[in-house]
Amino acid sequence: MIVEILTSQLMQRALVAAVLVGAAAPVVGTFLVQRRLALLGDGIGHIALTGVAAGWLVGAVVGLTPRDVLALPGAMVAAVLGAVAIEWVRAKGRITGDVALAILFYGGIAGGVLLIQIAGGTSSNLMSYLFGSIATVSTGDLVWTAGLALLVLAVGIGLRGPLFAVSNDEDFARASGLPVQLLTSLLAALAAVTVTVAMRVVGLLLVSALMIVPVATAQAFARSFSRTMAWASGIGVVVSIAGLCLTYAYDLPPGALIVVLAIALYAIASAVAHHRRARLTAPGDDGAPPSEVDDVHLRDHDDADGEQGEACRT
Amino acid sequence: MTAASGARATSASAAVPGSATPALAARDVSVVLSGRRILSGVDLTVGAGEVVALLGANGSGKSTLVKACLGIVPLAGGRVELFGDRQGDAPWPRIGYVPQRQAAATGVPTTALEVVRAGALSDGARRGLFGGRWRRATRDAALEALAAMDLAHAADRPVQELSGGQHQRVLIARALVRRPDLLVLDEPTTGIDLATIEAFVATIGRMRAAGTSVLVVLHETEAFAPLLDRAVVLRHGRVVHDGQLPPAHPGHGGAPGHVHEHAHPHAEPYRAEPVIGLSDVAPDAMGGEE
Repeated sequence: MIVEILTSQLMQRALVAAVLVGAAAPVVGTFLVQRRLALLGDGIGHIALTGVAAGWLVGAVVGLTPRDVLALPGAMVAAVLGAVAIEWVRAKGRITGDVALAILFYGGIAGGVLLIQIAGGTSSNLMSYLFGSIATVSTGDLVWTAGLALLVLAVGIGLRGPLFAVSNDEDFARASGLPVQLLTSLLAALAAVTVTVAMRVVGLLLVSALMIVPVATAQAFARSFSRTMAWASGIGVVVSIAGLCLTYAYDLPPGALIVVLAIALYAIASAVAHHRRARLTAPGDDGAPPSEVDDVHLRDHDDADGEQGEACRT
Repeated sequence: MTAASGARATSASAAVPGSATPALAARDVSVVLSGRRILSGVDLTVGAGEVVALLGANGSGKSTLVKACLGIVPLAGGRVELFGDRQGDAPWPRIGYVPQRQAAATGVPTTALEVVRAGALSDGARRGLFGGRWRRATRDAALEALAAMDLAHAADRPVQELSGGQHQRVLIARALVRRPDLLVLDEPTTGIDLATIEAFVATIGRMRAAGTSVLVVLHETEAFAPLLDRAVVLRHGRVVHDGQLPPAHPGHGGAPGHVHEHAHPHAEPYRAEPVIGLSDVAPDAMGGEE
């Protein structure tokens, strides 16, 4: 069967797309989780739907065939604009992150359904974008997907120092003279590009899962930021390939299967990590040398924080 | 930390207080956050080589002033110069900031070494180091800074597993790693045991001797007292004292709402407080907002 999979041209294209998306999405996701913006991808996914419909509308007005030829560029533009806008609004402190996200969720879906109707389609035209349609990936799509996924990987890994700094501690990054607003906008734009790239593979509604779930899985056992990112990326590739190959054998929707596999891995990893932690944590055993035993020492009004002192969560 | 990089040598020659461009000069600074005026007309100077304590009750605006000086919160009025440059063009690699420790670290597992290396980012750019050379240089510098905080053994442990005090020391190391000429510390000793505070004060003392300027927000001046050149006291967002360290307030230990839980492992019985009280400058300050 493997030979069969590898020689099918359709499957080859789908595999290349899935591997690149599976590798790139968790790289961006690691920064998002660190910034506690795990749901940003979801918000962007919803706003991208409006972009898809807007692309249709423009295509219909101009008379392009097929009518959805502008769907992907439309999604990209809407996603990037929406992502950068949300960062900007958040930075201005006009609105909290979760409220801004909520508005993106609702506005994105409503705008998409409205526009697709105006464009002469129906909301069922949006289904393949909502849930992915990797089987319909054309060679042109593949070139775009591959190029953008590689771009996301290159920027995410190449700038991981500054991106880590703003994700880890925005105040400190500002006091280090880093262009914080620029970097957070860049991260939001990367997330937006990832969403549009992954749209064909897992669908807009499930895009964020591919960014976040592998990171959550890697967090269960990795002990550093860079390893979390590397593991998450690896997990993304593995579940994407596995999900795709399984759908070759069984008639199942690939996007949903990939996400279910990722969540199953997460459940296993957390259970194993929990079990290991329970076994390892003997009283006083936090891996520190004995001289550290008396470390808890409250200087001042710090009683509440200090309680946690040496009660290590190893 | 061993001093003596090239940058250090130039700043050390200008280490006499008052004789050179101040490390930090804030003039008439006002800050308004979500409609509330936090600071009004605050002047604050940290001369080259000076060690200045910023004191005041909870809610007096100490942390906000520090953040305003470093461009973390926007100014509603006034201006800030760092080493003679406008805040927007400040020589950031010469400035090390230790924020007030947040609640326990969460999120993606991150080793102490990774956190500290984030402090060396702009330093690497200043020295024209990138890629592999930057990684090696920052790794060594970060390990050295961690060792100065007695945390060399924890370099590869996730900060999520560290105690509050250890985490605080990681943040201090992150500020020390770029060998700053101006060190800005926001309650750096909160939650740290006395032995580590003493080591930290000794480190600051060495840095001061090499010409580093220091602005430190403190609740208790005891450990830092020998190093302090000057104290600035804030009250309700205004400067109410700028000069010598105000004398200790004998009643401080018994102030309402002020619970001490000092139980030093190598303790003599707890001494009644060579700690600053604010009653001489601000009679009701200890009564406590909050």
